Amino acid sequence: MAFIELSGVNKWYGQYHALRDVSLSVDKGERIVICGPSGSGKSTLIRCINALEGHHQGTISVGGTALTSDIKTVEGVRKSVGMVFQSFNLFPHLTILQNCTLAPIHVKKMKKAEAEDLAMSLLERVRIGEQALKYPGQLSGGQQQRVAIARALCMQPDVMLFDEPTSALDAEMVKEVLDIMVDLAGSGMTMLCVTHEMGFARQVADRVVFMDAGQIIEMNTPDAFFRAPQHERTRQFLSQILH
Amino acid sequence: MTGFVQTQSIDARTAPLDARRSLFRVLFGDVLSTVSTLAILFAVIALAPKLVSWGLLNGIWAGEGTQCTGAGACWAFLRAKYPFILFGIYPPGQYWRPVALIVIFIGLTLYSLPPKNWKTSTLWAWVIGTVVALALMAGGVPGLEAVPTDSWGGLPVTLILTVLSLGLGFPLAIALALGRQSELKAVKYICVAVIEGIRGLPLLSLLFIVSILLPLMLPDGLKIDKLLRALVAMTVFSAAYLAEVLRGGLQGLHNGQGEAADALSLSWWSKTRLIILPQAISNVIPPLTNTVVVMVKNTSLVLIVGLYDLLSAGRAALADPAWPAPFAETYGFIALIYFIICFSITRYTHWIERQNLFGVNR
Repeated sequence: MAFIELSGVNKWYGQYHALRDVSLSVDKGERIVICGPSGSGKSTLIRCINALEGHHQGTISVGGTALTSDIKTVEGVRKSVGMVFQSFNLFPHLTILQNCTLAPIHVKKMKKAEAEDLAMSLLERVRIGEQALKYPGQLSGGQQQRVAIARALCMQPDVMLFDEPTSALDAEMVKEVLDIMVDLAGSGMTMLCVTHEMGFARQVADRVVFMDAGQIIEMNTPDAFFRAPQHERTRQFLSQILH
Repeated sequence: MTGFVQTQSIDARTAPLDARRSLFRVLFGDVLSTVSTLAILFAVIALAPKLVSWGLLNGIWAGEGTQCTGAGACWAFLRAKYPFILFGIYPPGQYWRPVALIVIFIGLTLYSLPPKNWKTSTLWAWVIGTVVALALMAGGVPGLEAVPTDSWGGLPVTLILTVLSLGLGFPLAIALALGRQSELKAVKYICVAVIEGIRGLPLLSLLFIVSILLPLMLPDGLKIDKLLRALVAMTVFSAAYLAEVLRGGLQGLHNGQGEAADALSLSWWSKTRLIILPQAISNVIPPLTNTVVVMVKNTSLVLIVGLYDLLSAGRAALADPAWPAPFAETYGFIALIYFIICFSITRYTHWIERQNLFGVNR
């Protein structure tokens, strides 16, 4: 069975039908890139996987656990799912190191020294170890996003969700974040990335998922997806973003 | 258009003098400033001589009540009565005990001001300090004569009411503010009702309700201390106001903070305690200190239920028939004490706003 399994998922915001019969299965180690126009439901989709949004119909299971509204189930799933947000969402009142050790200490009950060792090794990995004692407000956007990746990795998750991780960044900083994500993909991490970075999709994705109006319109290997899109809507979208 | 390429980089220079504001420009920079400066100067020149002759030249600095004839200020009264104004009818031989309370409270406050001391141990120091200070005031153990709260008065009562109503009101305010945002409708509406109910009442009527109606509703024989009753009223009052200030801090917080905490699998309580509250509170420090200033002054209303705070102790001192009741001097003295307390808090607010908490200028 696939590690993440969505089947017939529906979600509404009030009367607005945001996700429509979405089914998707992701194997361990797979890298999925989800793209589509804004409002197409791609963020909602990945936010349902760690229950930041509840879904109304269908089933979502992560690592064999079906998501319910039970808080213990939700917290259990979240432990194994890391998430990186468009606006970084670092905790501004904590240092970089404290941002990274918070969840290991308070959720995993890890010893402080052990959590700090782990955090430092991951901060080194995202090449930001020397900033560990600064506060988020003292770092550039690209640096903050790399810290956010390290913070999520500190929980040693099985899956990483990326919600437009480079959309809030200046052009100069996009590459430093993408490099880290490419590096992470190379290490065998299961990843679901909502992104408009088609170069990244070509380079690392096993599958590209194209969404529009709450539905999955097309899903294929990057090579087939970019070379020979099948659906009219996909061709239209790609002609808009690839010049 | 011709092309341009910068060949030499420009170094930063200091701003020219006229880009800054000198004191002269502030006072006489334009017509309105000049007119107001002159008007204030004129008023000071016109009023100062009278004040000087009343307060200094004709002031009576020492002696008995009979020497105060009304020509000048009767400073001798304050000299004779200041212990009574400061400590009320507390037994005169035991004044070191209220002094100890004042020293403990002021010391703890000063220690708590710098953000680097905002930690759990400070909170414990307050709990222990308050218990020790109140135990000293009450006595009743061997070697320490018991003094009932009916005999407490003056500045200690003002400080006790301020510190305890805010100290006990704050956790209550946090609960109310969080409850107001709860997804559980029952919790939410109870909190809204409590907050709005109390905010809709003047403190005076709340003091009356708790002081007069509450004893009537309690079973016979069960008596609650008068000071405690006033404290209960002031605590719920400050809690309701603090809760509304905190609500502002909670609402000002970016959604992403809670989501990031959720995504890291933090429990509701860990998220609230470690992520939400520290940020929400530090965002509203200026309005919080403003509420503190208001509460300091609100304590003077307890004279209505027969407690001797600083202001009512002053009034009681004025009742002494041996003296000609120098109102201006006494109220001036009391006002000075309130001013020192409140102005210090205001200066502290300005200072704390300039601190770069979390390494960022805010």
